[in-house]
Parts: sequence; structure tokens; C-alpha cells
Amino acid sequence: MDNLLNGLVLFLNFVVVPATSYGAQLALGALGVNLIFGVLRFSNFAHGDTMAFGTMLTILGTWALQSVGFSLGFLPTALAALPLGIVGTILFCLAADRLVYAHYRRQKAAPVVFMMASMGVMFILNGVVRIIIGPDERNFADGERFLISAQQFKDATGLLEGLTIRTSQALTLAVAVAAVLALFLFLQRTRTGAAMRAFSDNETLALLCGVSPKVVIRTTWIIAATLMTVAGVLYGLDKSFRPFTYFQILLPIFAAAIVGGFGRPVGAIIGGFIVAFSEIALTYAYRKVVLYFLPGSDVGDSLLQLVPTDYKFSISFVILVVILIIAPTGILKAKSS
Amino acid sequence: MMKRAVQLYGVLTILFLLVGFLQSWSVALATLNLCLISAVMALGVNIQWGYAGLFNAGIMGFAAIGGVVALLVGHAPVSGAIEAGGVGLALSFIVLAIGIVAAVILFRYLKGVLKYALPAVVLIVGFVLFRQVFVPARQAIEAYDPAASGFMGGLGLPILFSWPLAGLAAAGAAFLVGKVALGLRSDYLAIATLGISEIIVAMVKNENWLTRGVKNATGLPQPVPDGRLLQQQTWLVDLVTWMNRSYLDALPATEQTAALRLLVAEASSIIVKLAFAGLFAAVLAGLLALCVFALSSPWGRMIRAIRDNETAAGAMGKNVAWRHLQILMLGSAIVGIAGAMLVTLDGQLTPAAYIPLRYTFLIWVMVIVGGSGSNVGSVFGAFLIWFVWVQSEPIGYWLVKMTTFWMSDTSLIRTHLLQQAQYFRVLMMGTILLLVLRFHPQGFLPERPGRSRQSRGVGE
Repeated sequence: MDNLLNGLVLFLNFVVVPATSYGAQLALGALGVNLIFGVLRFSNFAHGDTMAFGTMLTILGTWALQSVGFSLGFLPTALAALPLGIVGTILFCLAADRLVYAHYRRQKAAPVVFMMASMGVMFILNGVVRIIIGPDERNFADGERFLISAQQFKDATGLLEGLTIRTSQALTLAVAVAAVLALFLFLQRTRTGAAMRAFSDNETLALLCGVSPKVVIRTTWIIAATLMTVAGVLYGLDKSFRPFTYFQILLPIFAAAIVGGFGRPVGAIIGGFIVAFSEIALTYAYRKVVLYFLPGSDVGDSLLQLVPTDYKFSISFVILVVILIIAPTGILKAKSS
Repeated sequence: MMKRAVQLYGVLTILFLLVGFLQSWSVALATLNLCLISAVMALGVNIQWGYAGLFNAGIMGFAAIGGVVALLVGHAPVSGAIEAGGVGLALSFIVLAIGIVAAVILFRYLKGVLKYALPAVVLIVGFVLFRQVFVPARQAIEAYDPAASGFMGGLGLPILFSWPLAGLAAAGAAFLVGKVALGLRSDYLAIATLGISEIIVAMVKNENWLTRGVKNATGLPQPVPDGRLLQQQTWLVDLVTWMNRSYLDALPATEQTAALRLLVAEASSIIVKLAFAGLFAAVLAGLLALCVFALSSPWGRMIRAIRDNETAAGAMGKNVAWRHLQILMLGSAIVGIAGAMLVTLDGQLTPAAYIPLRYTFLIWVMVIVGGSGSNVGSVFGAFLIWFVWVQSEPIGYWLVKMTTFWMSDTSLIRTHLLQQAQYFRVLMMGTILLLVLRFHPQGFLPERPGRSRQSRGVGE
């Protein structure tokens, strides 16, 4: 019995808990992608780098707060600096929309031109982030590191394996749930939210009904920038901040958005968790878990790892391809552009 | 139009001559070689984007495939490693192939739930069996003399053979990607190619048995004379002595030999670079001629008609999906050739050097700045942008120095900015891309109006 429990705890500790927090981060990212896709109708290649930008602002704010001795107790200081990051990112997104995307909207350019423009924005952010904070890894998590540490868990339960829940992981889930609830309430209950949904469903009809495109687009950027910053900061707290990983996370985020169906908020959340769970469950080495469940089984030297960790991106890609082959519009039907 | 092209290329020539006289001829030629390779890549991207409007966000991956092919063709075989694991490796791939073929056959002929379930099971079982055979073989290969090799090497053929083969391999990869992602919305192709390129580069970095991974496979043969052998040739020494006779005569007799040796070394490196430049220029000229010819042929008109109005072209009986696939393969093949050329120039495969910014997005900037749809323009864009990319690092450094002159030398902000000055060029490239896209979307040398414009009446 203890063996089974130990195996279960091991599995929870290395697969379920990290995949849940990672899934929440991806879901927040994919929500932003979906929102921009739904309203502005293009895939935003600058998404990852905008996340890095918002995170960078938050890190700078965190450092400033830390240098004056400010602290949130067991919570990371970054939480107090988050509003700064959000405001900065919103300002950046609004400026980018004004200077870059608005022009192509007036021209009614093809989505692929918007994509190209977003690549230019990505380039600029890429440079800006590296100039300001450098290309290296930055760790900015502080406060209490663990909500439950492995030792505490072992002492409390008497099991061999410990279950660790990091503060950043619990925080990720809490913040993600709050953000998603707020977003849904906003979309369902407010006039602007209804206008956004109308605009996303049928632009011409919405415009005829007197929906102001300016308000809708501005609100979309504000919400998307908020989601991007929150997702970026949570990801950075959970892992660590390195500009390049924020470019790479673009692929899982897109995969999550496509799995759920492009332009569908609920789909983004489902997609985020599907991608995260597959990625972590497939790259985990099951050797110890199997030994707990089937003691005495002969596994040789094998780690019982299905996919080497170096190929975690290929999992997002395979999910993407499978979805494209069997259900090109995503699990929930996507909007066509 | 013609006049403008001559002018712009004239400006480029002057820029190169300036670098030659002011910096050094070695730097000018090194820049020129990379310009030529970039131009080949830009031609490939231009076929996809300019001719057909396909957004390939994974150029890096196709270039990496080309690089790997260059390694596999050119590198000498490591017989010990092949003896250690070659058979196992071959077996494991046979197992994998059987699994995939079986899954595909089942997927074709089954119906209902089984259509997806059974192939999935077959694939998983096949993969597990594959790993059982593959992992020991791989370990045996990587354990063979890991300090010097630890991989299988290549075929040991002349490396020039790898260039066309690289094109074929990249086209094959493009076929697979295109089969899945083409015909869906345009974004899916961009995202799928972005994904495949990340995976290819991850493989190049991690499959040590094949590419030696981040340990870099060095010692690829050169298709041009060896610089070190060249230095010992008497005719070269005589030539250099004759060319620099006044400079050498002015030196004291004791320093003459040392000075001569330096000059000979420089001369030999210039000769090697010139030889490379000749090869690359020949490839570029050949491909450029083919592209120009293709674009003005009936085939080119059809492709542009599809780009400008897919529905109308489809209604005229053109097979849009197949043409897109063809374009994707052609463009990727050219990028693959360029990737092989790059590895040939370096003489080694450096997997860690494959970063998307440099190999995917920079090429995009070249095509857009030069003029999407215009072959001559894309080549010009490649030359210009690579030149700016190389020269912008000192420019960025200089800019930072100038704008922060009022800060003290020990100022933290100033030292930090000077350290990160290299990233100003990324910022600059983004700005150039956005400015050109906005104010001059047709680029410096736009697609030629005239006959092609008339034939585009289909869409307009």
C-alpha cells in the first residue's frame, strides 16, 4: 500500500503539479493569442516577446522595490511590481497598434501582412529586452519558496516520497483562475464585452449596430497585454526569466490556441492544459514510479522516458499536427478569418 | 527599373570597396561570401513569399537540414563507430519504418473509431520497439572515441555533391510540412513551419550519433585549395614579394621574413575566400537565372495568378493546393542548398549557431527590403541587409558611446549599454522591417511591372 501511495505522490509531484501550473501559464498565453486573433484577426508572432517585455518591466520594478526593502512577506515581491509591468505593456501594445497595425487595418491588408508586421514588432521587442536586461537568465522569485516542502510532507505523512508545492505554482493557479473568471465576466456581463464578442463574430454586422471599433480594439489590447504580462511573470517566477525561452514558448501557446480552436476563449484553457500535460507526462522518466507500482519488475537501465526532454517542443508540434489532420478547426470549432 | 538596379548595385559595390580599403580585404570578402549565401536563401524565401504569398516561419530548419546533409556527404566516415552501432541503427529504422507504414495503411482502410485508435496503438508499439533497438546502438556509437568523434561521420564524398542533395532533403521535409499545413488557413503554415524548424534544430543539437551535436563536427573537406598548402607554394611567395617589394625593401633585413610570412598568409586567405566567392556566385547566378526565367514563364504567371486571387485561379482550373506544395518545396530546396553552402564555407557544422533570429527572420527582412516578388530585388536586399547586419555592431557601439558621452566612464548604465550594444542591430532590423513594410511595401527593387502586371488582370 505504501508503495502505491509513494508512487502516486511521486507522480503528483513531478507530473500533475508542474503540469497544472504550466498549463495555467499556457492557457493565459493562449487566451491572449485567441483574443487578438478573434478581434484583430491575425496570429501575433510578437506574443512571446511581449510576454518577455512585460516580465522585464516587472523584474525591474521588483528590483526597485527590493532595493528599498519592500517585501510582501511570503509572497514574491514581483506581485507588487506586476501592475507596473501591466501598465507598461498596455502602453506598449497601444503604441504598437497605433504606429503599426492601425495602418494595415485602414488598408484592409491580408492577415499574413499583419503577421509580418507582428514579426517586426517581435524583432524590436527582442532587441529592447536584451538591451535593457541582457540575454542571460534572471531569477527574481523571492518570499517563501515552498507552500509545502518535501520534508514537511514526508514528516506529516511518513511516506518516502515528498510532495512539493512551490508558492509560485499555487500562485499561478490562483491568479490564472482569477484572471479567467474576470475575463469571462467581462465578456459576458459588460457592454464592452458584448461589443467585443459581436465584433469578433461578425465585424460588419457589429459595426452596423453601432459598435465602436476603436473601443473594441483598444480594450482587446488592454486585456491581451494584461494577460501576457501576467502569464509571463508567472512563468518567470515558476521557472526563471530568460528572453529566449519566451520566444520558444510561442509554439506551445500557438498549439494550445489551435487545439482549443482559434478564437475560442474556453478552448484556449482546455488547449493549454492538454499541451502542458502531454508535454510533461511524455518527457517524464517513469522508472521510479513503475518500480513503486510494480515492485521487482525488470526495467533494466531504462529511464522509461517516452520522449527525451530536449524534444519537448516536438510534443506541442505533434499535437498541433494531429489536430490539423483530424479536426482542423480545433476541438471547439474555430472562427475562420 | 533597370537603371535603378544598376544604381543600387553600384552603391553596394562602392560600399564593399570602402570596406576593402578602410578595414581589410579579408573582411570585405568574408562579408561578400555570406552575402552570396544569404542571397541564395533570400531567393528561396522570395519564391515562397513573393511568388505565392506563403509565410514560412521555419527557414532556419531547412537551412539546418542542408547543413546536416553537407556533413553527412562530406565528412570522412568513422568506421569504428559504424562497426559498433551501424547494424543496430539500421535495424531500428527498419522497425520504425514498418510501424509508420502499417499505421498509415490502417488509417487508410479502417473506418469509425478504429481509424484513429488502431494506427495510434501501432505507432506507439512501433516507437517503443524502435527505442529498444535504437538506444543501445546509439550509445555504442556515441561511446566510440567520444573526445574525437562519437558519431558516425559521413560518406567522405566531395562536399560539392552535398549541395544538390541538401536541396532534395529540404524539399522532402517541405513536402511533409506542406501536406499537413497547406490548404488550411495561412497562419497554420507559419506556425507549423516554426514548429518543425525548432524540432529540426533540436535534433541537430541532440542527435550526437548523427551530427556530433553541440560538440561540433569539424574537419569537413573544402572544395577550394587549402590555405595552409597554398602558403608553401613558391609562386605565391614570389608573387607577394613582387607585389610588396617597395614595402619589404624599406624594412630592415631582419624583419623581412616575418613581414613576408604575414603577407603570404593574408594573400592565401584572400585566395581561398575568392575561390569560395566564385563558387557561391556561380550557384547564385544559376539559380537567379532559373528564377527569373521561371517567373516570366507561363508557370510563373500561373503562380502569381494564384497568389493574387486563389478563387479565380482555382475556377480557371489551376490546382492551387498542388502548386502551393510545389512552391513550398522549391523554395525550401533552395534554402537547403544555401544551408549546405554555409556549412561548406565554415568547414564545420555548428548546431548552436542555428538561432531563428539570424536564420529565419533576418532572411525575411532581406526579402521584404529588397522587394518581395522580385528576384533581383531579393538578392539586392540580401546583400544590403547582411552588409548592414555585419557593420551595425560597430555602429551600435558607436551610437551608444555618442548618446551616453555625458555619463561618466564608470556609470553603470553606460557600461551596461555598451555591453549590450550588439543587440541594437536586432532593434535596428525590426525598425527597418516595419518602416519598409509601411512606407515602401514593394521594397527597393519592386516586382517588375509591364507584362506580368497585365497577366495579373486575373485577380484585379
